[in-house]
Amino acid sequence: MADSGAPKPSSSVKLVLLGEAAVGKSSLVLRFVNNDFQENKEPTIGAAFLTQKCNLPTRTIKFEIWDTAGQERFASLAPMYYRNAQAALVVYDLTKPTSLIKAKHWVAELQRQASPGIVIALVGNKLDLTNDSAGGDGEGAGVGDGEDARKVTTEEAKSYAEEEGLLFFETSAKTGYNVTEVFTAIANAIPETSLKTARGPGASSAAARTEEQRVNLNGPRDPNAKEGCAC
Amino acid sequence: MAQETEEGNAVSSPSPPSPSPSPPPPPLPPRRKVSGEAPLQVGGQLQSKPTTAVSSIDISTLSFPDGTRGTFPTPSVGSGPSPLNSGYGTPSRDSSGDNLTDSMSVMSLAPTVRAPGDLASLVAGEFNRKSRAWNLLRSQSETVQPFEAIESGDSSELSGFEKEFDNIPENLTDDVRLSMWQSKMKHYLILSSAGKPIWSRHGDLSLINSSMGVIQTIISFYEGAKDPLMGFTAGKARFVVLTAGPLYFVAISKLGESDSQLRGQLEALYMQILSTLTLPTLKNIFVHRPSTDLRKPLEGTETLLSSLADSFTKGSPTALLGALECLKLRKSQRHAINNIFLKNRAEKLLYGLIVAGGKLVSVIRPRKHSLHPSDLQLIFNMLFESGSIKSGGGESWIPICLPAFNNSGYLYMYVSFFDEDGNETQPKPSSTTKPTSSSTPTIPEEGSPPPQPPPPPPPQPESPQEIALILISPDRESFFPFSSLRTSLYNSLTKSTHLSLIRSSLASPRPSISSILPGSNPPPISHFIYKSRPNVQFVMSSLHPLFTSPMARRKLMSQYQTLHAAMHAKHSHLKVIYSVGGDCASLGWVTPLFEFYCVAGPNVSRQAMTEAANRVVKWVGREEARVFIIGGGVF
Repeated sequence: MADSGAPKPSSSVKLVLLGEAAVGKSSLVLRFVNNDFQENKEPTIGAAFLTQKCNLPTRTIKFEIWDTAGQERFASLAPMYYRNAQAALVVYDLTKPTSLIKAKHWVAELQRQASPGIVIALVGNKLDLTNDSAGGDGEGAGVGDGEDARKVTTEEAKSYAEEEGLLFFETSAKTGYNVTEVFTAIANAIPETSLKTARGPGASSAAARTEEQRVNLNGPRDPNAKEGCAC
Repeated sequence: MAQETEEGNAVSSPSPPSPSPSPPPPPLPPRRKVSGEAPLQVGGQLQSKPTTAVSSIDISTLSFPDGTRGTFPTPSVGSGPSPLNSGYGTPSRDSSGDNLTDSMSVMSLAPTVRAPGDLASLVAGEFNRKSRAWNLLRSQSETVQPFEAIESGDSSELSGFEKEFDNIPENLTDDVRLSMWQSKMKHYLILSSAGKPIWSRHGDLSLINSSMGVIQTIISFYEGAKDPLMGFTAGKARFVVLTAGPLYFVAISKLGESDSQLRGQLEALYMQILSTLTLPTLKNIFVHRPSTDLRKPLEGTETLLSSLADSFTKGSPTALLGALECLKLRKSQRHAINNIFLKNRAEKLLYGLIVAGGKLVSVIRPRKHSLHPSDLQLIFNMLFESGSIKSGGGESWIPICLPAFNNSGYLYMYVSFFDEDGNETQPKPSSTTKPTSSSTPTIPEEGSPPPQPPPPPPPQPESPQEIALILISPDRESFFPFSSLRTSLYNSLTKSTHLSLIRSSLASPRPSISSILPGSNPPPISHFIYKSRPNVQFVMSSLHPLFTSPMARRKLMSQYQTLHAAMHAKHSHLKVIYSVGGDCASLGWVTPLFEFYCVAGPNVSRQAMTEAANRVVKWVGREEARVFIIGGGVF
């Protein structure tokens, strides 16, 4: 509907995913970016960088997504990814209470260290494993006979999210339920003002990148090529 | 081929287990000639002239695996020919060494050879099992292919190999699961010196906890005695132990690798752990708490260890030879790709690699640093064997320690795959998709399931045919420069059609023997591997059609392992090995420039084999600049 017509203003938003290992961060991204799902996905190593656009009525948001590895040993690298991020998705596993505790730690760290205006969404994933996976067309394969694997109640997580002023969603990367909604909500929640300045702090690296690329495309990068032996 | 092998110079049978007393037409596996009688019709061909530094395979068993068996007392030859005994392992015979080595053969030493259990048992055992009629029958045919017995199901040594990589299901009783675990032919175990299990290829740790305990007890008993245990044999299984810092690594194999080969595999697993943690971190962990459970810090890398272990079990030429394989390209093409790569180079780049389907396409590196094959093996394993990175899509930024380069710190590795042209949208870095390009599928603001046409699901890792760009930097902030390097490199390679050249070379199979040795039908040899020692790279012929099944491939690799072990035994100074078993004939040839191994059917004459070997080596010489990367791009 609103998609057609004059090109809408477009801006990039740097978004980082954080959360315990095996809660489904990469699966959420894969669902959002490729609309795909892989059973038994292997753990992410380091971090993966992906992009995806999100069309809003008045503008287009391009997400630059850092999908980080959840293992403890990568925790020290996290600041590199959430620094200058305008949005963060903190993910936990609905069937694993400890993952919510970990999520709370991430929220606290973000509030302490990340850019002040960062939009944080708390996301409980693996809804397909619970009984109320209605939105997922009831296809949650693991649900079986009324067996409910849910260990974290919606109320508990929701009240925590409200306290901390976070967006809150329960999703299923497997069925796709609520995944797009998370990203759309984040896109809507990013204040216009922050987008204006997005070219500033948030996208400082992006700007630098564009410049570098221009140099690259126009021929050999003489200055760099000369002294590139720094390594 | 100056170092022509001379082998057993007669075929008549001196020992009891021999199946060929009566007139056998073409040669059976040569055996030691005891008395002076002239051999049968084959004799002329096999008659040996004295040569130097040449031996048959069993000689090397003497000094195998760590030199400790250099003087084997030859006990079990029993009623066998006594001259053999006297000539065997007696240092005083050194002066007549030529004589000695020339006349050795596999069968003449079979009983002793089997005792150590790690070398040549494959050949010997296989041979003994054949009935005489079977041998007579197949000796009628000149064209018996190596390992034909596999097809006829006569392969008890490897029976069950197809199930080797199956998981042990969790829903069975412990007894059943334990027996499934025991039936695996190859195990790798990693535990801490405090006895905490860390990783095992097969079986969850609860299932095998007690076995781990036993092993830890055995190892620490010897540690306590200040005489570390290196390995031992139990039944058909060879146990090899590697102690590395606070960790114990154990390999248990029924596949006939030598101790040093198994130890090399364990070292590779250790390197994988270092590449995750770095050496100082690993040490720190255990200095502070010796009883630490290392599973937590290693979490998520189990699949890397497993895929590495499986590649050893399947038989990996890379691991065996410590060398890499390159994608075959014309010299000028490779040169052009290197130059494009160099031209696009970013600041703070340490190493840049283009790798296609596990084969090296192009390397650029600083003049003063070279790349170590064992490091590359870890990277290739991560990228091509365990789907960890590919499955995520996008670009990856991975802290990695390359232990052979520097085991004390992390480097940062950028990885991106050059997808098929159609699929290219997915990992495009932001810089190219400027806001104006509205072609990318977008997501409706508020909506039910996103209706964007999903790109065809990325093909699951069947055979790894992807092209990967790998950029390594010491600087953790280099991601975005590298991401734009990728874009410009991709554009240049596409524009200059080099990317499609790489793709088409990747799609074409390895060279077949018949294309390398035209004019001989059937080709005298069935498969070869050639390692260029200065380049630390290897080239091999197509596994198709004889060695495509996992079992046949395993047999082939076992044969190469045996040859390799014989060649590289500590005190052997072999240049050429020719050995014949009931299953195949094989030839190994080592010079300062190359190592060459080939396998042929059991009835192929040695002459035909050596001639073929010479022709292959000449072929490699002609093709050198295509099949190997010589130098690479240096900056």
